Amino acid sequence: MYRIEERIIFLLTKLARKISGRNLIISIPFLWIFLFFICPCLILIQISFSESLIASPPYTSLVDWISGHVLQIRINLENYMFLFTDEMYIRGFITSILIAGTSTICCLLIGFPMAYAIARTHEKFRSILLMLVVLPFWTSFLIRVYAWIMLLSPCGFINSLLMKFHLVDVPLQLLNNSFAACIGIVYAYLPFMIFPLYNAIEKIDYALIEAAYDLGSSPITAFFSIVVPLSAPGIYAGSALVFVPAIGEFVIPELLGGVQTLTIGRLVWNEFFENMSWPTAASLSIVLLIFVVLPIVFTQRRREIEVLTKE
Amino acid sequence: MRFRWSNCILFLGYLFLYFPLICIVVYSFNESRFVASWTRFSLKWYKVLISNPIILRATLTSIKIACFSATISVILGTMAAIIITRFKRFSGKTIFIGAITAPLVMPEVIMGLSLLMLFVGMEKIFGWPARSGVCAVTIAHITLTLSYVTMLVQARLQDMDKAIEEAALDLGASPIKVFFVITLPIISPTIILGWLLAFALSLDDVVIASFVAGPGATTLPMIVFSSLRFGISPEINALATILMTVLSIGVIIFAVLTYKKKTWNKEK
Repeated sequence: MYRIEERIIFLLTKLARKISGRNLIISIPFLWIFLFFICPCLILIQISFSESLIASPPYTSLVDWISGHVLQIRINLENYMFLFTDEMYIRGFITSILIAGTSTICCLLIGFPMAYAIARTHEKFRSILLMLVVLPFWTSFLIRVYAWIMLLSPCGFINSLLMKFHLVDVPLQLLNNSFAACIGIVYAYLPFMIFPLYNAIEKIDYALIEAAYDLGSSPITAFFSIVVPLSAPGIYAGSALVFVPAIGEFVIPELLGGVQTLTIGRLVWNEFFENMSWPTAASLSIVLLIFVVLPIVFTQRRREIEVLTKE
Repeated sequence: MRFRWSNCILFLGYLFLYFPLICIVVYSFNESRFVASWTRFSLKWYKVLISNPIILRATLTSIKIACFSATISVILGTMAAIIITRFKRFSGKTIFIGAITAPLVMPEVIMGLSLLMLFVGMEKIFGWPARSGVCAVTIAHITLTLSYVTMLVQARLQDMDKAIEEAALDLGASPIKVFFVITLPIISPTIILGWLLAFALSLDDVVIASFVAGPGATTLPMIVFSSLRFGISPEINALATILMTVLSIGVIIFAVLTYKKKTWNKEK
């Protein structure tokens, strides 16, 4: 039998041995991420199951001690039920998916020819061309959105040009619709599409395409039977990189989309800042998170399958 | 040079990328308030911008937050990258990697909302961080930029020749000395790039800052965002031109320096 003091000293030395430099280095970033990323997410999940309250903070707590010794846990599913029965939220989900999907396809349609053209230029120019693709990304996001307000607004660049040449008499309504939101998203996230596509296309051996020509295939068949399948990893990666941020986007639909383009991101913002309903905002965020995680899991699984089939 | 489709595509693509930005720069020198009419060249809007105390104060706040958060995020991010690439497996490593990369895909709205809820809870229990301060925004921006920096540094560490580090360790240097004498100088360009990226991201963020910041910590993007809701304003043109010039000069200097260093190393 050890005495109590001996046991404590033993435990302390064991603990001290654990606090080596290595564990200290691991613990600092880990603690940061735990405290400021994992904890907030857990709190968010907790609030999404609570009830709205007019108080500070404006929600009920899930765990209650009743008369000192009864632990009561109340899980309120009403927020989630509400989201899937109210028409406004359902329309919000659909709008978000439509806008993110359309922008992803547009990004692909613009990004693929560009990535292909960059990969086909002389090696000397490629790094400069790629740098030129990223350079706008370094300028502020808001400025890039603002540029489109300036181009599309009723007294903006495009409309004043059209009016000057008398092509239209009344300014066209280009801003404040989902079309403008899509353009903004395509413009903002195009580099995310071009880079993975370029990486995939660059690896394609041009001799394969020449062989296809020699065997008598038309450029279109050669393109669809050689270039597209070989660049599939890039297509999937680029689409995920555009779709995922696009679906949770707030700034672009808010500034370019007008009132009727209510995406999930905007709904979360409105619930929080205008309706002051924290539980609804929290449960909307959780649903949005599911929309974000699904495409990631999908591309991840595809990659795993690819690796397995290669082996 | 003969006509080629690929050149035509490249021209159109870069026109799409750069035309909107060029428009902003050109119209920032327009004397008229309206895009429709070009009256004459003037620096009027720059004068209006500089004499606006709200914008100046917000710019200072933003730069302060961006500097602090970029520096801390580079330190934490380098540590995290070393843990991911150089440390042996430990329990929870997969969770660690997952949690550190997750903010990359997290919608900003959710990050802002969840962090605010955390801060409100913390303030109730510890009385800190006070919501009026810039502290909350800095913490939020570190969390946001940490994953970008980690990914960047981690990629560089994986590319690096490990033999140099192993040689130093075999010759009896301590791991800490190896890091400061061998690893750090090699990855320093990446670390500077990471700092620039974190700075730009922090200077750019409007959503998270709007959630987290109290009344005393209005950042520049928040002011720009609220004025954009009312449409075109020429001061924003001038501001955007200044920001673009500063950022692109920074990136170009960095690119030229790394390029020169590379060619210099080759010649040696």
